[in-house]
Amino acid sequence: MNIQNMILTLQKHWSEQGCILMQAYDVEKGAGTMSPYTFLRAIGPEPWNVAYVEPSRRPADGRYGENPNRLYQHHQFQVIMKPSPDNIQELYLDSLKALGINPLEHDIRFVEDNWENPSLGCAGLGWEVWLDGMEITQFTYFQQVGGLECKPVSVEITYGIERLASYIQDKENVFELEWTDGFTVRDIFGQPEFEHSKYTFETSDPDMLFNLFSIYEKEAHRQMEAGLVHPAYDYVLKCSHVFNILDARGAISVTERTGYIGRCRNLARKVAKTFYEEREKLGFPILERKEKLGHE
Amino acid sequence: MSKRNLLLEIGLEELPARFINDSINQLADKVGAWFSNKKIEYSELKMYSTPRRLAVLVTDVAERQEDSHEEAKGPAKKIALAADGTWSKAAQGFTRGQGMTVEDIYFKEINGVEYAHVKKFIEGQDTANLLPEMQSMITGLTFPKNMRWANEELRYVRPIKWLIAMFGNDVIPFSITGVETGNQTRGHRFLGTEFVLSSPDNYEEELLNQYIIADADKRKKAIQTQLENIEQENDWVIPVDEELLDEVTNLVEYPTALYGRFEEEFLEIPEEVLITSMKEHQRYFPVKSKDGELLPYFVTVRNGDHQHLEKVSRGNEKVLRARLADAAFFYKEDQKLAIDDALAKLKNIVYHEDIGTVAEKSSRVRMLANLISERLELDKETQTAVDRTAEISKFDLVTQMVYEFPELQGIMGEKYAMQKGETPAVAKAINEHYMPRNAEDGTADSDAGAVVAISEKLDTICSFFAIGVIPSGSQDPYALRRQATGIVQTLVNKKWSISLELLIGLSLNLITEAGILKRTNEETFQDLSHFFGLRMKHLLQEQGIRYDLIDATLGSGLRDIPGLLDKARVLQEKKDEDGFKESIEALSRVLNIASKAEVVGDINEDLFENEQEKLLYRKFLDAAKQEEEGIAAEAFYQLLESLKGEINNYFEHTMVMADKLDVRENRLNQMAMLASLITKFAKVNDINVK
Repeated sequence: MNIQNMILTLQKHWSEQGCILMQAYDVEKGAGTMSPYTFLRAIGPEPWNVAYVEPSRRPADGRYGENPNRLYQHHQFQVIMKPSPDNIQELYLDSLKALGINPLEHDIRFVEDNWENPSLGCAGLGWEVWLDGMEITQFTYFQQVGGLECKPVSVEITYGIERLASYIQDKENVFELEWTDGFTVRDIFGQPEFEHSKYTFETSDPDMLFNLFSIYEKEAHRQMEAGLVHPAYDYVLKCSHVFNILDARGAISVTERTGYIGRCRNLARKVAKTFYEEREKLGFPILERKEKLGHE
Repeated sequence: MSKRNLLLEIGLEELPARFINDSINQLADKVGAWFSNKKIEYSELKMYSTPRRLAVLVTDVAERQEDSHEEAKGPAKKIALAADGTWSKAAQGFTRGQGMTVEDIYFKEINGVEYAHVKKFIEGQDTANLLPEMQSMITGLTFPKNMRWANEELRYVRPIKWLIAMFGNDVIPFSITGVETGNQTRGHRFLGTEFVLSSPDNYEEELLNQYIIADADKRKKAIQTQLENIEQENDWVIPVDEELLDEVTNLVEYPTALYGRFEEEFLEIPEEVLITSMKEHQRYFPVKSKDGELLPYFVTVRNGDHQHLEKVSRGNEKVLRARLADAAFFYKEDQKLAIDDALAKLKNIVYHEDIGTVAEKSSRVRMLANLISERLELDKETQTAVDRTAEISKFDLVTQMVYEFPELQGIMGEKYAMQKGETPAVAKAINEHYMPRNAEDGTADSDAGAVVAISEKLDTICSFFAIGVIPSGSQDPYALRRQATGIVQTLVNKKWSISLELLIGLSLNLITEAGILKRTNEETFQDLSHFFGLRMKHLLQEQGIRYDLIDATLGSGLRDIPGLLDKARVLQEKKDEDGFKESIEALSRVLNIASKAEVVGDINEDLFENEQEKLLYRKFLDAAKQEEEGIAAEAFYQLLESLKGEINNYFEHTMVMADKLDVRENRLNQMAMLASLITKFAKVNDINVK
């Protein structure tokens, strides 16, 4: 099965479970969790079920397109369900079956893995799912987001698309994966992988990036003061991405690193709190509508 | 009375493997305690646990609680009885409150006063009526990490999926987080189904039909047997790491061991790296030849049966290949790193906010290590090795391999140091300076390794004490206790008599100079002495030394550590010998009276008034000389023992607290000097001779 069909299959599967199918969010980010469809929507009492593909940029993992296992930018298929459904593990296993993975022919295990992202004030408990020893999915019950206790708890399922595809297509090299008929990952992402790696490690301008960080940070705070969560959050994401490039570039010493992570965390906490307050002002509209539906 | 079996099963989403053993023990303890507390008889309590369930089966549970009597205490006799001998209002009120009458009262004396008592008969209740209390045993389990899920308030290890609570074939009704108890359980995720259990008696058997080996011990044995079979089939040796075996046992409900292989070219990567990669990342068992050579194979345990093993093996091979390719890449990259460049990077790594960078710490450790090796008068070559080891001991922390596998710190250091042209002594010492790595590990073998190991640990302990981070109760986040024990063990194994108090002082001075100290030097030193004293006490207790002998030996202070241990052992040996009591009493008498000396001055032989004084003095001078020249613990004890006669004669004929001031002071001086010699062995007056 090529990657395109994998995505279509997963979309169909989770759509049938009542998930809103969304497109990737258009600001650079390191993980699907950082999309506002996850980070913000996991906050507060309103229900939320969503599935989307998220291109995730990890500047430090850039290898000029030469390493068969590492990518500057890979893809995650992200599912969020809030509150976490009772049969979520079964729903997940069904999605693997839909991808043509027959559990009886493999070894599928849920191995403890707790997830923590201090720079976003996030923590969760769960597992990594092993398919014949390969970690193919991160399965997490969010406990805290942006420093706020999650109530109700969301479950997050993150499939590593390329990982899973390399298993399904039995390929050793990520660049040889078939995206769709006649097109491989190399055809589509080979050049950008090389260029982004070169940019990250060689031609990026740390001074400019440090500047940008400060500008973005300031703007994020300013928009939050105005109660505009989403514009503010876009700038938080930009800060985070700039930080990741600087970090990969080796421009941030260990001592400074703690400081920058602290600044990102402050932003994340503030944005989380602001989002909650703004939704509350609106009367948590989704919650209200669902309750009404429940009563009818 | 008829009896039934009781079954309690908590069905969960996959529990973390490392929590399972403790969790099931807790549940069994709670259930066992509940039955004895409730006075309900049973024959046997069996535990079952898999990643998805914790269960206890209690056999032959009595249908009813035992009847019991409960004694209640009422008013004192003089209050219970009115002046005319009739029962007072107080007595009547008491019995009424107990649901009894005054006729039931009897008197019983408590601390010399008689009180009214009644004995109540309590009829045992039906067990079935009490069993819903089991709910609190389930919710009362504690786990190292808890979570919430959906809309539930309960914090628990993982979401609860089903609950079985059966007394015979009856379901004991209760619910937790909306999950009602029942008699339905679940078989293997893929090979089994959900099914109704026919009765608690058939729990293990019916689960086995559904591909669940519920008994963890049986599951472990099954894995061991399978590993042995693979060994025999292939003529291999599979060294089984007990910890890994336990973890794997708790990762599967129905184990099937299988093996796969990897490309031979990966064998060029150091063995430790290959093994760590297989064990830590993949939970694989590495495979060796009969000659102990690592082979390009691995064994994994699948949660399932024998179908499609080929496919599972191929998948695992693919994963391992990618992992090892990574390791090979790191190994190659690390070859390019020069030690000096690595050391420069250490300046950027913060060891602890209040303690500074790893580079700063390393430079303190180097100074301390050099001071120690000088004092130990190690040969020139070793001193050079100590200096170089301490200088570069942390360089491997910035290698990619150690970044990826932190547990290989030191091990990679040794390998890379050899490749980069360091002497074998330095390379070995780099690895050894982390020893002992845990309670089971040995201490550093080479002198250079031992000196740096002691210095590094001492600097860590003293730094944390200097900023006020002191272990208390269960709080010891930096494992300072273990490191202190490591220092002591290293000194003992190396038979180094260097004073521990001196070492602490040296380290603390370096830390003070570095400006780390947040408290006074004196206060920190006292806390450190106390801390090391407790560690020594613990160590001596483990050796089975009697508590008062420990106190007596530690009363000499923390100087020569191996000597201190020897002295404690000598006392422990001698304590039951004839004459021990008399010797200790005589020596203690000296210590007791010496404590009256306010200032110790020189002894004026002209002031001696009797032969016994002179004789004891001569004996003392001789003993002090022998001690100064160095003496083993056993001989030291015998030497002190040999003073017994003279001491006793001395006290028989001499009044220490003489009226004449100069004579009195002279005698106190003599006692004080003798006492200081005795105390070098032990503070003997702490010994309990009864």
